[in-house]
Amino acid sequence: MANPSAVCNGHLHHHHQKQNNLLKSGIYKKNGITKGMKKNGVSNGTLHKKTITEHFEQAPMYVAVLTFLGFGVGTIFGYLRDFMRAWGLEKRNVAAEREQQKDFVPLYQDFENFYTRNLYMRIRDNWNRPICSVPGPQFDLMERVTDDYNWTFRFTGRTIKNVINMGSYNYLGFAETDVNALKTVTIELQKYGTGICSTRQEMGSLDKHVELEKLVAKFLGVEDAMVFGMGFATNSMNIPALVGKGCLILSDELNHTSLVLGARLSGATIRIFKHNNMQSLEKLLRDAIIYGQPRSRRAWRKILILVEGIYSMEGSIVRLPEIVFLKKKYKAYLYLDEAHSIGAVGATGRGVVEYFGMSPDDVDVLMGTFTKSFGAAGGYIAGKKDLVDFLRTHSHSAVYATSMCPPVAEQIIRAMKCLMGLDGTTQGLQRVRQLGKNTRYFRRRLHEMGFIIYGNDDSPVVPLLLYMPGKIGAFARRMLEKNIGVVVVGFPATPITESRARFCVSAAHTREMLDTVLNALDELGDFLHLKYSRYSKSSHPELYEETRLELED
Amino acid sequence: MDIKSLKNYLYWLYCQFELITCSYLMEPWEKLLFYTFNITMLVMVLYTAYIFVPVHISTAFQFFLHLLGNQHENTVSVVK
Ligand SMILES: Cc1ncc(COP(=O)(O)O)c(C=O)c1O
Repeated sequence: MANPSAVCNGHLHHHHQKQNNLLKSGIYKKNGITKGMKKNGVSNGTLHKKTITEHFEQAPMYVAVLTFLGFGVGTIFGYLRDFMRAWGLEKRNVAAEREQQKDFVPLYQDFENFYTRNLYMRIRDNWNRPICSVPGPQFDLMERVTDDYNWTFRFTGRTIKNVINMGSYNYLGFAETDVNALKTVTIELQKYGTGICSTRQEMGSLDKHVELEKLVAKFLGVEDAMVFGMGFATNSMNIPALVGKGCLILSDELNHTSLVLGARLSGATIRIFKHNNMQSLEKLLRDAIIYGQPRSRRAWRKILILVEGIYSMEGSIVRLPEIVFLKKKYKAYLYLDEAHSIGAVGATGRGVVEYFGMSPDDVDVLMGTFTKSFGAAGGYIAGKKDLVDFLRTHSHSAVYATSMCPPVAEQIIRAMKCLMGLDGTTQGLQRVRQLGKNTRYFRRRLHEMGFIIYGNDDSPVVPLLLYMPGKIGAFARRMLEKNIGVVVVGFPATPITESRARFCVSAAHTREMLDTVLNALDELGDFLHLKYSRYSKSSHPELYEETRLELED
Repeated sequence: MDIKSLKNYLYWLYCQFELITCSYLMEPWEKLLFYTFNITMLVMVLYTAYIFVPVHISTAFQFFLHLLGNQHENTVSVVK
């Protein structure tokens, strides 16, 4: 178990006394490098440079009523089916308590089980569809049919060719099979094999990893970086190394499970603030400083703010300038998960930090994954050298997990070099521009058609609201009939009344593909009656009014 | 509006009904049950309306006639 008190000796200083925090507001020391007051001035200056246009339009009231009606009918029939299963009128296809365990605590009777059995099962064919090609802009699907209403599937042996892929996080289109592009990866594969079967702290550190880490640090403009073989574990294993008991984590309510898991494993106190809502965050920060820990009223040892760059279900972009301002004002630390934003936003693909024109030094812990934009796997943590060195010795991922597979590292290096222009072409930049263009085009057209879509205008994740359970199934099936693969998301991942389809725009999508998709959406939107938007240009609900920030100093 | 577009419109309405009530996702026998139930309810409501609404309307009519003060004629009792 990582000893949290060790952290303060390294990079992350913690608040000894709250008076101390307030006094140190002008100049504070970090790893011996003294930063002048100008830092604060800079971030204040950039605070409102970017106008953030984010849409979270509310559907008309009747939509919510009809959605509940649909769930109501579904639930009634669910109870009917459960009743029939209990009386043996219908075959039980799911796990159930054994006869001998009848008097024990029931295992399969909570709402989620009910939901899976009776509602999700009816539209299960729209998820986990097996594909049999690279998930580039188009892919091949294996056709499958069901004979028992989605309880089991059977492959027909045919494949559905060239389905347009609107679901993969392939933002920059690096998921490709071009032999020329992958030449270096092939060479590395032959040289190193697929893996080393050892951890970074033992025999698993290869020159490839060092090369990749140097490149990542250079790409992000920070002192050092460390890479891990799995993005999820990067979050869930490093947060416990950074904070522990007596620390406070302020987490956005829509954070990814990996962040949630990491926060829970750390044993720190967790408080949740409303999604991207700076008033809510500031209130929590202020309360944390004023009241300190519950009961003992001692100051928190560390306060860590956990946010994501682009939220993958809402398509919203974090309000980084405000958060950095608040973090500096209240002397907290910021952990930014750039899983979806690295490569995808910013003029040269360097993520939300660049998008807002800020300095990487403003963020204490920069985290990201290579799974999305880079077409590979794994994650990184970047920041000050002290931080990364601390993690090299204390992170569970460094101690217990096998190191990254070298060909995968090479794929990331290839993609990153392309993005930085180190391969002597401007292809990387073109991809970033293309992604931006595709995103704006796709979002604008959807707005014009009158769909309710969520999120920031620059975010390549585009959620389109479907609301009703019946429409989830109909939408995905009919889109597949038109040879378009989409991702639909329903209840456990979203609030129950806000089922949605989520498109991920890629730089590899051509204008023709996007037009095909948009035309299909237009037609389907009329048929399924999905165009609920009441504004041609929606405005923000009052939740998103400007943050009241006192810029007194 | 010609017959064809009317037919299309009715089909569209029917699809909307199916999508909203989730019956689109049901197995055939469930659909049968659901529609039987719905149609029975509908028929019962219509039948009840047919039986009782004329009576109520004429009673109300009588009542208002009384209110307006013309009680001079013999009050016609409506029997149905
Ligand atoms: C915000 C965020 N963090 C971390 C991860 C985990 O990354 P990986 O899929 O590479 O394990 C994801 C992926 O889905 C994510 O969306």
